[in-house]
Amino acid sequence: MSTVKINRKETHSHHFSSMDQEHEAGKQGVWLFMVTELMMFGGLFVGYFIYRGLHYDAWYEGGSLLDWRLGAFNTLVLLVSSFTMAQAVTDTMQGNNKKALRNVIITTACAFIFLIVKYFEYSGKIHHGLFPGFDLWTYEGQTGENLRLFFVLYFVMTGLHGLHIIIGIGLMFWLIKRLRRDDFNEKYYTSVEGVGLYWHIVDLIWIYLFPLMYLI
Amino acid sequence: MAHHVVPFKTNLITLLALVGLTIITVITAKFVDLGNFNLALAMLIASVKASIVLLWFMHLKYDGMMNRVIAVTAVLFLLIFYGFSFSDLYFR
Repeated sequence: MSTVKINRKETHSHHFSSMDQEHEAGKQGVWLFMVTELMMFGGLFVGYFIYRGLHYDAWYEGGSLLDWRLGAFNTLVLLVSSFTMAQAVTDTMQGNNKKALRNVIITTACAFIFLIVKYFEYSGKIHHGLFPGFDLWTYEGQTGENLRLFFVLYFVMTGLHGLHIIIGIGLMFWLIKRLRRDDFNEKYYTSVEGVGLYWHIVDLIWIYLFPLMYLI
Repeated sequence: MAHHVVPFKTNLITLLALVGLTIITVITAKFVDLGNFNLALAMLIASVKASIVLLWFMHLKYDGMMNRVIAVTAVLFLLIFYGFSFSDLYFR
């Protein structure tokens, strides 16, 4: 007699013809969502490149005001989290929810570390008068208003990326809950793989943000 | 196509490759002065890293044709977007 509610899917939903088809359809939906993500960030990157071409000196000054060591550290944190996420997908596909749970928890911890570093970066910038809004901008740079434009793009792009990290943490909590309930098996792991795809796209966007903001 | 389990070793090698390329990005961008070529090199390395993430971490290497077409289409349309924007900016 079972009193524990288990959500594990043993058969496909009625509007699919097999579990395989259901899985592929779900995954394809996530992929289409990822395309919209790439388009959204793609537009911001075009803005970045156009204004960079027009105001190179401001971009150079802006980049030198950011601490590339913190950016590099956060890059490594995200890469490790991507690895543990990929490993969590591998674990659930092998039916090992326990191991997957551990990897998802590490991924979540990395996401928090990323946000903590970002918090210190943001508060430092705001403290130095480099926040381009709410009358907080007091910085006297050599490139004036164009430097402010750089920091508009910096805060919008890294902020939107940070928002994705926060949403990702929410998704991780959902996975943790379901993994602890032992929901997944070798045939049913769509949710883990879908969150994985999302998390890798977040990492992929940071791969471009890091050199463009901090290094170049 | 479905249910290809990526082994631990492959994931680990992917991670190490990405970390290695990150180190190369930092060294070439911060300590090697190539002038205008620095940006192009950084974007080239970033694109290699992005491809590694797409192929191995996001399983496109093992995935069906449909998801590959979806991903390539996204990149293609981004390139059209970038191409027109920059040709307008630099050649008008």
